[in-house]
Amino acid sequence: MTHSEIEAITERYENRESAILSMLQDIQAKEKYLPQEALERLGEKLGIPMNKIYRIATFYRAFSLTPKGQHEVCVCIGTACHVRGAQRVVDQINLELGIRPGETTKDRNFTLETVNCLGVCAAGPVAAIDGQYFGKMSPAKVGGTLKKFRSDKKKKEGANGKA
Amino acid sequence: MARLSSPQELGKYRDEILSKRNPDQPLITVCGGTGCHASGCHAVVDAFRKVLQEKAKGNGIGLRVTGCHGFCERGPLVVIHPKMVLYQKVKPEDAPAIFQETVLNGKVLENLLYEHPATGEKIATEEKVPFYQKQRRIILGNNGNIDPTQIEDYLAVGGYRALAKALFSMKPEEIIGEVKKANLRGRGGGGFPAGLKWEQCRNAPSDIKYLVCNADEGDPGAYMDRSLLEGNPHSALEGMIIGAYAIGSHEGYIFVRHEYPLALENIGIAIQQARELGLLGRDILGSGFHFDIKISRGGGAFVAGESTALMATIEGNVGEPRAKHIHTVVSGLHDKPTNLNNVETWANVPVIINEGADWYGRIGTEGSKGTKIFSLVGKVNNTGLVEVPMGMSLREIVYDIGGGIPGGKRFKAVQTGGPSGGCIPESMIDLPVDFDRLTEVGSMMGSGGMIVMDESTCMVDVAKYFMNFLKDESCGKCTSCREGTKRMYELLADITEGRGTMDHLCLLEDLGWVTAEASLCALGGTAPNPVLSTIRYFRDEYKEHIINKQCPAKVCRQLLQYRILSDVCTSCGRCSKVCSVKAITGKQKTKKEKGEPFEIDAEKCIRCGMCFESCKFEAIEVQ
Repeated sequence: MTHSEIEAITERYENRESAILSMLQDIQAKEKYLPQEALERLGEKLGIPMNKIYRIATFYRAFSLTPKGQHEVCVCIGTACHVRGAQRVVDQINLELGIRPGETTKDRNFTLETVNCLGVCAAGPVAAIDGQYFGKMSPAKVGGTLKKFRSDKKKKEGANGKA
Repeated sequence: MARLSSPQELGKYRDEILSKRNPDQPLITVCGGTGCHASGCHAVVDAFRKVLQEKAKGNGIGLRVTGCHGFCERGPLVVIHPKMVLYQKVKPEDAPAIFQETVLNGKVLENLLYEHPATGEKIATEEKVPFYQKQRRIILGNNGNIDPTQIEDYLAVGGYRALAKALFSMKPEEIIGEVKKANLRGRGGGGFPAGLKWEQCRNAPSDIKYLVCNADEGDPGAYMDRSLLEGNPHSALEGMIIGAYAIGSHEGYIFVRHEYPLALENIGIAIQQARELGLLGRDILGSGFHFDIKISRGGGAFVAGESTALMATIEGNVGEPRAKHIHTVVSGLHDKPTNLNNVETWANVPVIINEGADWYGRIGTEGSKGTKIFSLVGKVNNTGLVEVPMGMSLREIVYDIGGGIPGGKRFKAVQTGGPSGGCIPESMIDLPVDFDRLTEVGSMMGSGGMIVMDESTCMVDVAKYFMNFLKDESCGKCTSCREGTKRMYELLADITEGRGTMDHLCLLEDLGWVTAEASLCALGGTAPNPVLSTIRYFRDEYKEHIINKQCPAKVCRQLLQYRILSDVCTSCGRCSKVCSVKAITGKQKTKKEKGEPFEIDAEKCIRCGMCFESCKFEAIEVQ
């Protein structure tokens, strides 16, 4: 992120230190993670030490200090989804992609995350991929759902295989 | 749009809006709540838009995307006014037929109606559907009638009338008196009397006072605040402005959970529109009273829903709770008196002011007045949001409204109160649901999540699930909570993975007690509830795991054995294809050969259950 982009974000909140959470959220939304340089610039701009920024950035689930994959697979593990078998959906994704929650595939295509409740309990178990909801998930549906988001090469292979 | 500078102008503006609306004119409303979103309501809205553009230009037939109707299980939902015909599970390709037959010709399309599960009777209107019949939707009711992004819709159903009444014909003390008399108790968790809180905040000496709306609905399995903010944001806003006037606050915050983007968007629009009309900001409705609201976003931490942690988050600090030797109503946000209530509580305020405390007090039980919105989810036929008078029995909620348990399975328990609550067993299904009764049986109201569990839900697994949640969400400030939740989780993991002993149970009970007693905030203070309540009511199930190393509900993976029934197996080979660890072998049948039954190698099997799920002949048994 450039200096001016950081400045635009801090000015949106009148350079108020108390709005740091919102500023971090704006950086996260743009970059999909919190790059170290961006945090350093933010610290200089607001005149606060890095340890305070890190403390906040590591406390909240919404932030990530490492880059995320192109597609974010978010499985809801709220109670309603849990009793309908959400953990088995997570396990199956783990088997398919080889990543655990919080991790990103080597090709940077997928990041797997779990969330405590998406508030779409009626359709549970729910997974959201890039904000698009997939309701009534089951381990058997995982492969097909992920296929739509596979990088081009794999998608082609999948299509060929089908033909 | 001009600012409204008196209650008369507000009344006039409302009349103007109503005069332009003909209640007999056909109107198509589509539910735009998140539940219906997930089942594809967007495409349905687009389809209706297209049909209207092609066939009904300029003849006044309206299309409205509303908030959540509650019956999420059956979404996308469409209601055709004025006859209020309810169509469920509507697909985009149904739009032309609905327009042609129902909107233009007044005929009802039978295939889209809700069918009574017992009698098979087709039901045409919302009010006759059993899911809605026993509900009393005084807070949620308008969700289905208004477009949350149009303040005119809220004004048309009588919105901001309570605000005008409060500002111009009631003294702040009178408002507090009314809320106290109505015995409105906080809907966010603890059930503290809101009127009392307001009074303490009003009496606290300070020039600046803050008012906060808690929309950090963190309980997994609860989404009523989300639906209210998404579907009827002005109702909470109006409650807040009335509260601010009563308390003497001029600055407020709405703290919205980061996982709720649509709620964030809709409340932002609502604040903007209310400001433009002079219902928020300086000199509200010409009364001289000013109050404005800022939106604050959460960062995805459950503990930040606790009042002191929430205030720390607004201040830009990490969301750690502090000791409440001095209550937040005296010293809260920025060390000033702060009054915090959640979305549903605020949305109750306009109703109390409009209808009066006496009317309100006639709904509910002795200690808990009014209605409560529950998210009825889990193993129940009609999942969705339900609003019922306090004191309705669990049986009525689960069976009459919820339609019972799917697949003919047996009801086992209801979990209420989120991670702070507990599990209520089948023997207590006639329990009237209110604040005090739920606490008596070792659970709590919480924000209103009601997760139904059936015989295929393992109670030890449920306890482990909550402890996993709590150990992750504990902020770490108190050792008892940080370590207690972690160790309880490990003990529960031992039990579910076959390493449990009876000593584990004693340890769990001891640890639970210490965690509750020695932790600062409610997260730690109530953390053992899911464990203690399941041990209390489902001890036999724990013993089954510990002594016989079996999970009766067939959930705990490490205790399961998958086996193929050789006399049922058709040798189709499907299970072997889906097995990711190649643990299933056999001879697949071909056109020429018969094949041989398949077998599972228990050593290799990782018990993922894919074979069980993929078998079409029920040839796989779980033990």
